[in-house]
Amino acid sequence: MYEWMVTARHYEERLQEEYLEGKQPAFDISAGPIPGELHLAAGQEAAAAGVCAHLRDSDTVTAPHRPHHVAIAKGVDLKRMTAEIFGRRTGLSKGKGGHMHLFDPAVNFAASGIIAEGCPPAVGAALASKKRGEDSVAVAYLGDGAISQGGFLESLNLASVHELPVLFVIEDNDWAISMPKERVSDVKNGAQRADGFGLPGVRVDHDDACAVYEAAAKAVGRARDGNGPTLLEVQVHRRMGHFMGDAEAYRPDADTERAKQRDSIERMERTLQNAGIDAIDEIRERSHARVEEAIEWAKEQPEPEPEEAYEDVFTNPPPGWHPDPEPTPAESAGGDD
Amino acid sequence: MSDSETAPERELTMSRAIVDAIASEMRANDDVFVMGEDVADYGGIFDSTEGLLEEFGREKIMDVPISETGFIGAAVGAAQVGMRPIAELMFADFFGVGMDQIYNQMAKNTYMSGSGVRVPMVLMTAVGGTYNDAAQHSQTLYGTFAHLPGMKVVVPSTAADAKGLMHAAIRDDDPVVYMFHKRLMGIGWMPAPDGPKTPVSDEDYTIEFGNADIKRRGDDVTVVTLGLHVHRALEAANDLDGEIDTEVIDLRTLVPLDTETVLESVRKTGRLVVVDEDYHSFGVSGEIVARAAEGGLDDLSAVRRVTMPDTPIPYARPLEQEVNPGADDIADAIRGVTE
Repeated sequence: MYEWMVTARHYEERLQEEYLEGKQPAFDISAGPIPGELHLAAGQEAAAAGVCAHLRDSDTVTAPHRPHHVAIAKGVDLKRMTAEIFGRRTGLSKGKGGHMHLFDPAVNFAASGIIAEGCPPAVGAALASKKRGEDSVAVAYLGDGAISQGGFLESLNLASVHELPVLFVIEDNDWAISMPKERVSDVKNGAQRADGFGLPGVRVDHDDACAVYEAAAKAVGRARDGNGPTLLEVQVHRRMGHFMGDAEAYRPDADTERAKQRDSIERMERTLQNAGIDAIDEIRERSHARVEEAIEWAKEQPEPEPEEAYEDVFTNPPPGWHPDPEPTPAESAGGDD
Repeated sequence: MSDSETAPERELTMSRAIVDAIASEMRANDDVFVMGEDVADYGGIFDSTEGLLEEFGREKIMDVPISETGFIGAAVGAAQVGMRPIAELMFADFFGVGMDQIYNQMAKNTYMSGSGVRVPMVLMTAVGGTYNDAAQHSQTLYGTFAHLPGMKVVVPSTAADAKGLMHAAIRDDDPVVYMFHKRLMGIGWMPAPDGPKTPVSDEDYTIEFGNADIKRRGDDVTVVTLGLHVHRALEAANDLDGEIDTEVIDLRTLVPLDTETVLESVRKTGRLVVVDEDYHSFGVSGEIVARAAEGGLDDLSAVRRVTMPDTPIPYARPLEQEVNPGADDIADAIRGVTE
């Protein structure tokens, strides 16, 4: 778990450097080696590691638009994920998805850029598992800002009435862009949403990966044993803005500082040290090397050719169909007779 | 003051012009309020409500939970009892989450009630690509909203238009979908092209819906477009200056659509190019060509469409640049209809 966490943290630190490189001095979102928006998850690693430690490749994970830490813990191919974020042809999605839309079918990982909209597909994966008599489970990640969204609430209901093997994981980082948690909902915690749907709602009140691991063990075990869904909420800490370039004018400095002080990685290091495990430096070095390798590899990859934009619209394109039809030859359409 | 006509007008970005209109309408009418995600402290992700919280407070500039069905539907309900809400759907791409409230309630309740209820609200939303945000954050979807009856659909391309159209939208007794292109707003982290920042009068004024604006006059080719691509079309027309004399029509509103201005221009030029950042098929471009054909077939000698192809919008820069029509693509089409 520690290795995934430090890999994710270092990975995002490096992405941040690469992202900003082309966007300074004046921040221009479409400039630089990494185009588009970039949403980083620094401070949320424990929620990814503690849950994904129980998962197999055959288990499904759907992530929201802040997906890197979950992707790394789920075992998504780091090199191809990086190439995707850099918009390269050898990326997971051939440069068509980008960082918010990472898909790695090899480990059943998918992400969506629309809030809470990963929940229904996770329910669908769980439904398929149940119908086929398999013991795979599905996990849907969402943020605390998503707990009012219809897709999430309907998914809780559907999963509950059909006793589906799915785990909903709320990463509670206190913020939905500029909206503090207390103005999103009148329930104190998102886990309480479970009460209205007849499934267990569990909250881990601090981002200790070991505590998350223990809570997730029960929830994943419950799902795998055919006993239905669980809603698990994990307190995490958003160390950065909602997206790169977000000046966070709405956020009190003290809140940002507090988030940075409560660091799940330092907490994990203390846990390891107390247990007499001294592999921390070795794990760090290994993780950093892996991240560097992925970034270097990705940067060497070719960009897609423009005409590749027209591929992949359909798995089975209709005969003669093309997304960019040739203009009909311009001819005199009238007035001659 | 007598010298007001000669005083230099202030130049505003499109976002400041929109905020200016909303603020003015809110001062004039207690029934106007704003609700949406990150509209208060943040001021709107694309600055569409920047600074309003300070003047009007949280009761009037309402941040809402991420729950588009809930808050857009709530705006419909408030409008039906006589208020004039402005709801912001952060990205037009998110329409699916709340579409029932948009097209089954907001758009249809006037009709289904036999005019028993009115829905005087504005649904404001950001559209458009050009900054590599991929398929769930880059669409324009002009055609989707204009296709569904019951909503007026507004797409400004300059600050001056944005203000007048927003005043008109808020005062309108029907639901208005107000679609602003992110790239035109003049926000710090997404540089705008030259053009959308214009002089804007301090005074309140409205631009009547259904009046296309001829942004450039010309005799050889008619280019009909809207939003960001007004500026790309003007760039193409200027590049061809001296070679081909291009007229550029900015539709400004899709519902109602100013067919007459298009037809008049086509009667003069005989050649039509429609430029649309929306998908090629079943959209605005097809509609304009159809109306030109219905109303002026004998006048038409050539037609071209320059559109997004029928592919989801890709992320990587070369891919997005390939599919999003640039000034060069427009110039090629203008040349194409004159061959």
